[in-house]
Amino acid sequence: MSDALLNVQNLEAWYGESKALHGMNFDVRPGELVTLIGRNGAGKSTTLRSIMGIVGKRTGSIRFDGQELINRRTFQIARTGIAYCPEERAIFSSLNVAENLTLPPVLKAGGIADDALLRQFPNLQRRLKSQGTKLSGGEQQMLAIARILRTGARFLLLDEPSEGLAPVVVKEIGEQIKALKTQGFTILLVEQNLSFARKVADRHVVVENGVVVDTLTNSELEADMARVKTYLGV
Amino acid sequence: MFDHISIQLLLGQLLIGLINGSFYAMLSLGLAIIFGLIHVVNFAHGAQYMLGAFVALLLLNHLGIPYWGALFIAPVVVGAVGLLMEQTILKPLRHLDHLYSLLATFAAVLIMEGLMRLEFGSTGLPYASPLPGGINLGFMFLPWYRGWVVVFSLVVCIATWLLIEKTKLGAYLRAANERPEIVESFGINVPRMMSLTYAFGVGLAGLGGVLAAPIYQVSPSMGSNLMIVIFAVVVIGGMGSILGAILTGYLIGIVEGLTKVFYPEASNLAIFVIMIVALILRPNGLFSSPESSR
Repeated sequence: MSDALLNVQNLEAWYGESKALHGMNFDVRPGELVTLIGRNGAGKSTTLRSIMGIVGKRTGSIRFDGQELINRRTFQIARTGIAYCPEERAIFSSLNVAENLTLPPVLKAGGIADDALLRQFPNLQRRLKSQGTKLSGGEQQMLAIARILRTGARFLLLDEPSEGLAPVVVKEIGEQIKALKTQGFTILLVEQNLSFARKVADRHVVVENGVVVDTLTNSELEADMARVKTYLGV
Repeated sequence: MFDHISIQLLLGQLLIGLINGSFYAMLSLGLAIIFGLIHVVNFAHGAQYMLGAFVALLLLNHLGIPYWGALFIAPVVVGAVGLLMEQTILKPLRHLDHLYSLLATFAAVLIMEGLMRLEFGSTGLPYASPLPGGINLGFMFLPWYRGWVVVFSLVVCIATWLLIEKTKLGAYLRAANERPEIVESFGINVPRMMSLTYAFGVGLAGLGGVLAAPIYQVSPSMGSNLMIVIFAVVVIGGMGSILGAILTGYLIGIVEGLTKVFYPEASNLAIFVIMIVALILRPNGLFSSPESSR
């Protein structure tokens, strides 16, 4: 699609000898919030890792903002304006909260300033000197999202931000993600929590065995939950 | 039992221990940086230290560049050799087990020492002290140069520790040690940072070589003689622990010096006895932390 910010065509990816993606095709338009949904092991997280170049080998085409990323290295991909928040949050234990927060460099204009980030994520303000991994799961997730907002990237890859968190924290994360969308960020979100995904997303891309099997708008998803639940096996 | 020990002897050996400890600390610091941050067991560290001493000697003999110039030039030259070695030998082994880089650096030791022996022979070559004379401390005569070595190496160790623990660059390095792919996803060229870290660690070895040249004879085997002690220091301090390498380096130098006073026959063994005890009581090393131990 010509107006897509991200266009993934026939994406295949491998971990060593093991093929994880078998030809993914989807796109994300500017300002959209798209979720990748599917069962465990379907290839959702691998898709994000492939976009960032964090897999052993990948083929196909990943076009972002008119640039082909498939042969670029991870740090070069980041510099095009994509930021990645991994599933396990990757908070660095050797750094305190302030160091974790300010670790990503500003790569482009338009990033959120540190004081604005602390206003947006007030829980972090009180824990700046704490070791990063001493935070609660929710606070770690906030930190993992907050730190990528300072780089100036306008396209965010968020991998299961609700995973392992209490419902009240999931709700808070959901509000933050909605706020990011309002601020103009384009978001590709991997999510297994369907009730979370339907509250925040515009479109849903269903992934099964490393390929896209369906794409639904949020209203289509609401109208045909039975079909979606079949995909997810719930 | 210790009637023969005078306060002069004790303080004298303590000071000698501190001087030796300065070399141990600086060399083990470089080794710990390389292992701790890029996971390479750099067996070539002793040979790179030797190379630093030879570069200083060659700069003096062929270009007339004195010690003070060599102090800056030699670490850069040796660091550049390290960078070349990293790009050609170690980079292709980066994704394999540590054992492969250990073997590769061991091969580099044999090549470097062999080439130097071929060119300069096995006999040690003298390098005149840039700070002749000294001061009588009452309990011993302290040559100015040895005093300079203690002070300078302490400054280098503290500066390096501050660089790694208190700066943004250090934060990148520590984070890349934990999750290099995530740090790279922030837009940082981690492979280049790894290469430069290796070159920096090797440069520290070269700097140690320049410092050693006026004290020890400059010879192809000068690094090998020291390496086993340096590895013991890094193991006792905690593999990859920067602070552990520095503190243990000085500690081992002092213990070695004091053992020479109380039980000279055991002075060479003391380090390894400490290493065994440390490994039994704290297998990850005396100063290891969760992020510095693997």
